[in-house]
Amino acid sequence: MHGVHDLGGMHGFGPVAREENEPLFHAAWEARVCAFEEILCGDDRSFTLDAFRAGIERMAPANYLRASYYERWLASIESNLIHEGVLTNDELEARIDLLRRDPDAVPPPAVVAPPPAPRAQPPSPPAAAPSFMVGDAVMTRNVHPTGHTRLPRYARGKRGVIQRLHGAQTFPDTNAHGLGAHPQPLYTVQFPARELWGESAEPGQSVSLDLWESYLERAPN
Amino acid sequence: MANDPEQEPYVALRAKALESLLIEKGLLTAEAVDEHIREFEQDIGPLNGARVVARAWVDPGFKARLLQAGAAIGELGIPGGGNLVVVENTPAEHHLVVCTLCSCYPWAVLGLPPTWYKSFAYRSRAVIEPRAVLREFGLEIPDGVTIHVHDSSAEVRYMVLPERPAGSERLSEAALAALVTRDAMIGVAKVAMPDAAAVAAG
Repeated sequence: MHGVHDLGGMHGFGPVAREENEPLFHAAWEARVCAFEEILCGDDRSFTLDAFRAGIERMAPANYLRASYYERWLASIESNLIHEGVLTNDELEARIDLLRRDPDAVPPPAVVAPPPAPRAQPPSPPAAAPSFMVGDAVMTRNVHPTGHTRLPRYARGKRGVIQRLHGAQTFPDTNAHGLGAHPQPLYTVQFPARELWGESAEPGQSVSLDLWESYLERAPN
Repeated sequence: MANDPEQEPYVALRAKALESLLIEKGLLTAEAVDEHIREFEQDIGPLNGARVVARAWVDPGFKARLLQAGAAIGELGIPGGGNLVVVENTPAEHHLVVCTLCSCYPWAVLGLPPTWYKSFAYRSRAVIEPRAVLREFGLEIPDGVTIHVHDSSAEVRYMVLPERPAGSERLSEAALAALVTRDAMIGVAKVAMPDAAAVAAG
């Protein structure tokens, strides 16, 4: 999707601010949210890493930009768990209300039901053999999917050269939406900066991206 | 990065509410969360990466295997190198790592990323004006040096093998590892000798 997360090449964010001797986390809740993600996210867990990223990308742009890093994580964990039917928004709001009124409230003992099994992914055909070799010239497709994708906007419809083959890997564009892993050959593709940024490119620069086969087509000679 | 302290109590409350519900539903326990946090706190950050770099500087055979496949970090007892690609800085080529779409980072060798790496400014600018970004880090890359920016768009993770500093010939592997910084392994800094006098003496 053309989300605000797709930041490569955008202007206006100012200098890169650094913090000396930065702590690992800036608040206790950040560490807990980081742990929730480690526990809940994975291929056989409550949601996949691709779905987790897609959840962050679905945040309304103004919210994405306003939120801190781990607030975005929390938002995606919540939306994925709601999507998977693990909890409802009403439950969450009710629990927030309860703990706001009484921070020490101990909720009624749970009716412990086994957690819902992760949604089964549709089966995927085995990956095809790679169509490209190191040194092949390729064009990225000029596509504009409305769902999750890992082909950044700045690198669509651009000519590059295959630099490395990585074997078949899960395709995020389907996996993020519960449509199956559909593994495809993954390649490192190198682009001259001039191909991406034209006259604005700094001299002597390349950008490389790791791209799945279906993002690519053979470049015309 | 937006970090409004006034929002924090609410987001902390939301995190607490979520944890309470997830415990109730049997999806996690407070103890499991605490255990993960202990692991984060014991995270040795970039020290593993520094050991890898120092070994590559003193052992050409290891360096060749490392540049061929990041899984060579397993030789140092470091797991998680299966998806690692190590790229070498030279006098002619400088490598820089970014993730424009989110915050992909080589945890196995560098630990959790610093906030600046996840910032909108770094993510947006590293691919379009790397020289300007590096200048802000105090690193001037001469025009004759090619800059290769690696935008981590899949599950491959990148680590930079920095240049060994001049004057470090007599240092032990452990002393070399102590010189290697996280920033040098992301590509926003070079590795320097502790002071210029040491370089002159060498």
